Amino acid sequence: MHAHFLDPYIQRASPIHRLDPRIKLVLAIAFIFTTALTPPGAWPAYVLLFSMVLAVELLSDLGVGYVLKRAVLALPFVLAAVPVLFTLGGPALVSLPVGRWTLELSQPGLERFLSIALKSWISVQMAIVLASSTSFPDLLVAMRAIRIPRLLVSVFGLMWRYLFVLADETLRLMRARTARSGQSDLPGLKTGGSLLWRARITGGMAGSLFLRGIERSDRIYMAMVSRGYDGEVRSLPLPALRPTHWLVLVCGLGILVLLLLLAYLV
Amino acid sequence: MHHSIVVEDLSFSYSDGHTALRDVSLSIQPCEKVALVGPNGAGKSTLILHLNGILKGQGRVHVCGLDVTDKNLARVRAMVGLVFQAPDDQLFSPTVYDDVAFGPLYQGLPQSEVEQRVQEALAAVHMSDYARRVSHHLSVGEKKRIAIATVLSMKPEVLVLDEPTAGLDPRARRSLIHLLAELPLTMLVSTHDMLMARELFPRLVIMDEGKVVADGPTQALMDDIELLEAHGLERP
Amino acid sequence: MLYSPEPMHIPDGFLSVLVSILLWVASILVIAYALRRVSRDLDERKIPLMGVLAAAIFAGQMLNFTVAGGTSGHLMGAAIATILLGPWAAILVLTVVVGVQALIFQDGGLLVLGANIFNMGVIGVAVSYMAYQTVLRLSGGRKWGIFAGGFIAAWLSIFIAALAVALQLALSGTSPANLAVPTMGGIHALIGIGEGLITLGALAFIYAVRPDLLSAGKESRGSGVLVWVVGLLIALGLAIASPLASAHPDGLEWVAEQKGFLDAAQGPLYSIIPDYVFPGMSNEALATILAGILGALIVFGAAIAIAYARRSRQQTDQTPEP
Repeated sequence: MHAHFLDPYIQRASPIHRLDPRIKLVLAIAFIFTTALTPPGAWPAYVLLFSMVLAVELLSDLGVGYVLKRAVLALPFVLAAVPVLFTLGGPALVSLPVGRWTLELSQPGLERFLSIALKSWISVQMAIVLASSTSFPDLLVAMRAIRIPRLLVSVFGLMWRYLFVLADETLRLMRARTARSGQSDLPGLKTGGSLLWRARITGGMAGSLFLRGIERSDRIYMAMVSRGYDGEVRSLPLPALRPTHWLVLVCGLGILVLLLLLAYLV
Repeated sequence: MHHSIVVEDLSFSYSDGHTALRDVSLSIQPCEKVALVGPNGAGKSTLILHLNGILKGQGRVHVCGLDVTDKNLARVRAMVGLVFQAPDDQLFSPTVYDDVAFGPLYQGLPQSEVEQRVQEALAAVHMSDYARRVSHHLSVGEKKRIAIATVLSMKPEVLVLDEPTAGLDPRARRSLIHLLAELPLTMLVSTHDMLMARELFPRLVIMDEGKVVADGPTQALMDDIELLEAHGLERP
Repeated sequence: MLYSPEPMHIPDGFLSVLVSILLWVASILVIAYALRRVSRDLDERKIPLMGVLAAAIFAGQMLNFTVAGGTSGHLMGAAIATILLGPWAAILVLTVVVGVQALIFQDGGLLVLGANIFNMGVIGVAVSYMAYQTVLRLSGGRKWGIFAGGFIAAWLSIFIAALAVALQLALSGTSPANLAVPTMGGIHALIGIGEGLITLGALAFIYAVRPDLLSAGKESRGSGVLVWVVGLLIALGLAIASPLASAHPDGLEWVAEQKGFLDAAQGPLYSIIPDYVFPGMSNEALATILAGILGALIVFGAAIAIAYARRSRQQTDQTPEP
């Protein structure tokens, strides 16, 4: 009855888990940035990038299967890049007659498509490792470290706190609707009501969620005020980074720069 | 007209691995009124969610003459009226009328029939004047009664309620108990309210840790203090 | 997963670095301004309010209703957020929603997060605001204005944002404009109807229960006009640019091809090692093989490291207590 399965954080004792969240966030973004900068068709670079993310997955003790399974979710968008197989000019590899037209699969097109697909797949794996190896409170610390304004970070925090409560409420609302979605034994009746009616009911459920959310936020505000809240966001200073973590950061960034240079040299 | 519930060897585990039901078997005859009691986490709510197919476990669930399978879900839901614990999540329409009308409307019944059913359902819960009221603004007791009405309008054969008296003040509780006493349906009620169980329900089923640990006449079971205490219950 | 993403959250790898960075800059500028406005205009309740509403929008996206057969309608929430909170707070709320979606659920990439925030948070909100205020004014504040305005605002927020996504994909060379624009436009014209209907239902509920909340979206004259004008410009701009781009893809393709050309050109430009080292095997193939070997070593090393860490942990667990 709970939506706790929404939280992707899996607790493990791996070196990745122990790494300071600020370092992890910066390295993850740097990795994705590096991946994005590698030119299309730089296969050696892609192999190395994939090995790196695979190595991180292993080190994180999350299970490569777990990460790859979640990575599949990003796949559907790849359909958006399919046309590039046929529209980018160049020597044709395969010709597919479709009705009146002939689709020509070109080599540059294939190269571009595969590059996009691979880069996207590699990037999302790193993002998954980041999310699954870092608890949300730690991610908030990382956000503060990269200078995201405290007001925004507070909103992130509150959203996360009430996300599961509201997700539970949504689940129960949908269950209540399902429980009353029956079929009469009288013959010849169309079940389900009209599309408009179903949309209105669903909208009503959304409205109910928002309304209860707004009223709940009043109660949260009262609880905050009772503990001295005055509108100003105050938080403890962030702990200093340990030398080991600095080392990891510098090495990580160094490796990425090296990889990028390699990608352009070959 | 079957009006019955039969559960055979039902087992269920949640996706996080927690086993909520272990080989639960239960048989409720037409027009029987049964109270389901047990500590929190015993599996009472989980069992209830199997009765109209919201959850699917291993084993057989048979309600009102139909197997609860994907094929029959729509029919099952028309015949089993499930009233949830938190009325807020059950009342999702702006007005009382809309909520009570949802069931019959979904079934595609003609407008006149829907009207009539809403009137009857509201009358059965003694809230006929509330049709135009906004559900959101009602008290907990009123919401609980409206929630029952939303299910009665479907004219179910079996009524299943999850903690109907939880959170009610003595007056609202008394009025709800009167209401349940009046309804002539087959009834299964999950509750912590042992006084109500003794007052209204001749048969008691005790659950603990996902299993049925006792099933028999309420009076007899409630005299067995050891049994009650062993499963986190108190004699009323 | 219960939550099914809309086809509007762009993953990493689909936008060029240039487009990603430009949209990040644009988003950051708008967010910074929105933060200033919200800090100044809203009272202390704003943080819990925005937090819970962000959670409500996220949870609301789990809601669905059967449209036809297997498809279902969902909610994005820009319009309803704008109507309930006003444009500036809505921008922040949607930033948080899209941010959490990307960071925690990988629904949308991290590098392209700036673009996703801009499309759904900025464009979605500005266009919603413009449409809603316009219809509301036209109706003189009457009930039909609220509902018609809500529906149109919701539909437009989805449709115009989708056009923006299509153009961004085209400019990045990921998808040709003459295919991306009509496809994204067409699909989201339909999805927008679902958004419109759910928004309508939500407004009807709120109007019935707490109509006072619907007047909260009023903005002060100054910034209200600003948002309205920006919303109009964006909507018109994209509405005009999109058919142009699809009809004359050469323009956008030229840009993309220049970029693609640049990407490819950078290869030989920096090439120092001659093309063939071994007879019959190109430099590229050799490099790939070497990369494969190196990569395998890296992975192997990581596997050993974690196995070692696990073993030493087990040993310390098994060490008897003194």
